[in-house]
Amino acid sequence: MTFPDGTHALDNVSFDVNEDEFVTIVGPSGCGKSTVLRIASGLLNHTGGDYYLDDKNLGYVFQDSTLLPWRTVLANVELFDELRKGNKAERREAAMRTIKTVGLGGFENHHPRRLSGGMKMRVSLARSLTLNPRVFLFDEPFGALDEITRQNLNEEVGRLFKQLRFGGLFITHSIPEAVFMSTKVLVMSSRPGRIIDEFTVPFKYPRTSELRYDPEFARLSGEISKSLAEGH
Amino acid sequence: MMLKRFGSAFPPLAVFAAFIGAWYLYGSFILDETERNISLPYFHKVVDVAFLDGENRSELLSATWTSAWIAAIGLAIAMALGLLFAVLMSQAKWVERSFYPYAVLLQTIPILALVPVIGLRFGFGVPARVIVVVIISLFPIITNTLFGLKSAEQGHHDLFTLHNANRFTRLFKLQFPSALPAMFTGFQISAGLAVIGEIVGGFFFGRGATDLGNRIQLYAARLRAEELIGAIALSAGLGIVVFWFFGFLRHRFTASWAEESNT
Repeated sequence: MTFPDGTHALDNVSFDVNEDEFVTIVGPSGCGKSTVLRIASGLLNHTGGDYYLDDKNLGYVFQDSTLLPWRTVLANVELFDELRKGNKAERREAAMRTIKTVGLGGFENHHPRRLSGGMKMRVSLARSLTLNPRVFLFDEPFGALDEITRQNLNEEVGRLFKQLRFGGLFITHSIPEAVFMSTKVLVMSSRPGRIIDEFTVPFKYPRTSELRYDPEFARLSGEISKSLAEGH
Repeated sequence: MMLKRFGSAFPPLAVFAAFIGAWYLYGSFILDETERNISLPYFHKVVDVAFLDGENRSELLSATWTSAWIAAIGLAIAMALGLLFAVLMSQAKWVERSFYPYAVLLQTIPILALVPVIGLRFGFGVPARVIVVVIISLFPIITNTLFGLKSAEQGHHDLFTLHNANRFTRLFKLQFPSALPAMFTGFQISAGLAVIGEIVGGFFFGRGATDLGNRIQLYAARLRAEELIGAIALSAGLGIVVFWFFGFLRHRFTASWAEESNT
């Protein structure tokens, strides 16, 4: 991938994500992690190479919750189906259901400005869940949240992943987050971004916060950290 | 609650009292009897002649009403034109490039220089005054609305792109709501300008309905200082009312969700 200004952003990035797989890409800031998602989702045209993505029901959560401030929680969650001109009654039902799934039942009529950062991110998750996604892209969604909220949401997404069995592609620069969430971790080098290492994460789901204190968790995190430092 | 209301009303009331006080001091120490009569009468004389005298009061109020509806017609036309141009400019870069310089030009031409042209072409009646109002109030509506339409966040645009939203869906469900706060700010600025434009227009275009501009010109010519000051006060009052009205509308439509309010 080369941008018009000549920036060579990605090079030789090749990987698969299947259903029931949760793949995380870790890499230094500016290495092109987000660019991978923007290409995969079609938001960005790529200059070389090829990809296939089942994008009919694509879940996509951004760094920012990207809620429309003039819409209530309910109307925000209904947005995607509204843009796709789906059935109105089914839309309402799906929105009410996914709002409950992310634990925000009762907040349907609040406007985003009255919600905390973590709650906004939950609304953003619920919005994508209404599509019943087969592929779910996460672009550093929890980077701006405090540690506790972040860990809670990590568990929440892990739970959703096990329950809905979508293919997950997650971007982060937090190694513990990557290990906690994924079935597979890919390490990306700095620009031009290349996949330089791959780790399989063996832990069973459901994963709970105790896992973070497991010696195996620490060992794996250490290895990824080392690989990341070498590729920098 | 009562105390709080009083608290917020007190500072401007104190300034008003100080202003009236300065007026009396200026009148009694600096002006003599004749000067007071032809240029700046005491405050109580203005109230007495302009507002407590039934005939003068109804003359002034009817002129205020005329000014209000002419300004309203002009403002409504400016709002329709302004929104139309802002939307067109937001949809295509070439439209913006073609028209924006002329929107700026509209703002930079001294309106007084246009008066003879307008008068000779459209007569010296109400339509000419409406045209002055439109010219003077169009620019802030165009620029603020255009700014608002373009202020939608990239992340929000991405959502609409991902779900293949067309131009109209994007305009009505994303850009237009994003633009509301800025749009109402534009309306608010233009509403104040519309009143000024109407009165300036009335000053030069005296045929047809009698407005505050006509009255101000007449009172000045006949040295009726009390009524002149009364008419000026009513002009300012009318401006404040429309400013408040659009501020209220903005609050009504955006206060429940807008992140920050800049009242």
